[in-house]
Amino acid sequence: MSLYYVQKLIYNLNRDPDLVFKFQEDMTGVLAQYELTTAEMDAIRKPDIGLLYVSGVNGQLLMHYAALREYEWDDYIQAMKDGLKKYGNVKAGYYSRTGGGAV
Amino acid sequence: MSLVFAGICSHAPGITGRAERADPELREGLYSNFNKMRLAIEATKPDALVVIGAEHFANFFMDNMPAFCMGMAENYYGPIEDENWLNIKRHKIPGNPELSEQLITMIMEDIDLAYAQEWKFDHGIMVPLNFLTPDYQLDIIPVNINCQGPPLTPLHRAWKFGQALRKACDKIPERIAVVGTGGISHWPATPDSGKINEQWDRDFLEKWKNNNAEALLSYKDEDVYQDGGQGGFEIRTFISVAGACEGNTGEIWFYAPIPIYAVGCTIGSMNLSKS
Repeated sequence: MSLYYVQKLIYNLNRDPDLVFKFQEDMTGVLAQYELTTAEMDAIRKPDIGLLYVSGVNGQLLMHYAALREYEWDDYIQAMKDGLKKYGNVKAGYYSRTGGGAV
Repeated sequence: MSLVFAGICSHAPGITGRAERADPELREGLYSNFNKMRLAIEATKPDALVVIGAEHFANFFMDNMPAFCMGMAENYYGPIEDENWLNIKRHKIPGNPELSEQLITMIMEDIDLAYAQEWKFDHGIMVPLNFLTPDYQLDIIPVNINCQGPPLTPLHRAWKFGQALRKACDKIPERIAVVGTGGISHWPATPDSGKINEQWDRDFLEKWKNNNAEALLSYKDEDVYQDGGQGGFEIRTFISVAGACEGNTGEIWFYAPIPIYAVGCTIGSMNLSKS
């Protein structure tokens, strides 16, 4: 997974309302501007928040993409938990589960 | 001495965005101490507030990630996030480019510091400003320390940045307040959001309060990650404030784990009686 470009797209969406508009009008066209695999495009398009999380998308980016796709906070947390069950542990980056602390 | 106030506070987006979901007593305790900090800052009549933050990919990304960056803009804008999500209205925030340039020029003698004439504030700065400068009249000078995209800024460099900031402030007549904002232990925006390592937090805050440089700089990132989570890397902002106040000790005004805010919420200040 070209994690860098998945995160770069989300970073740009967070910063640029015009890009959000284009993304909502022509998602395929915007995705084509980034070096993404078909699986990555599918995960972003669907969106499969759980897969994006497990793939290593930094939570500080992912939570805003989830909000953009109209996930409420609790649904966003649940989507990541579902992703862990379906796809296994986080494969890259710092946003894996580390244990420690207490809820 | 031109450093007139130095403090630390939390900035978690839940503090405003999920405000009503916390225990009302804890929320009131946090909010009242934010207000106490606002009054303390106002009482020092600062010309500017330097906010040492740990932003979350609002302006800086892995295509060009500075270890340190300081704002040098006429105005800033924030929040970059959805206003309803953060429950903070978008504002134009005044900067002070002349003062920024003076500080940056002096700090660069000791620290390789990037600067930015554009900066969109995320919750990491907007949540503190929402409480500390709610009318957005005080000039703000933002600082970012890379706490997100590894390799991260080393802790001892964060301390040195604080020292360099203090040295620069001591050379100018303007009255500068500084606030470092970050989390201690937290696992933000993960399935473990809400997890807080209270003992680890209290241990860190004891070291911060005593301004024990050796103890503060002895943390290793791998241990912080394990014991304090991803959000624990933001201790760099608190360590910078301690470095700016070397020789002085501090007080923790408020600390309480508030899981729905995803962090042990903290407000504290350094006593600047010793120059």
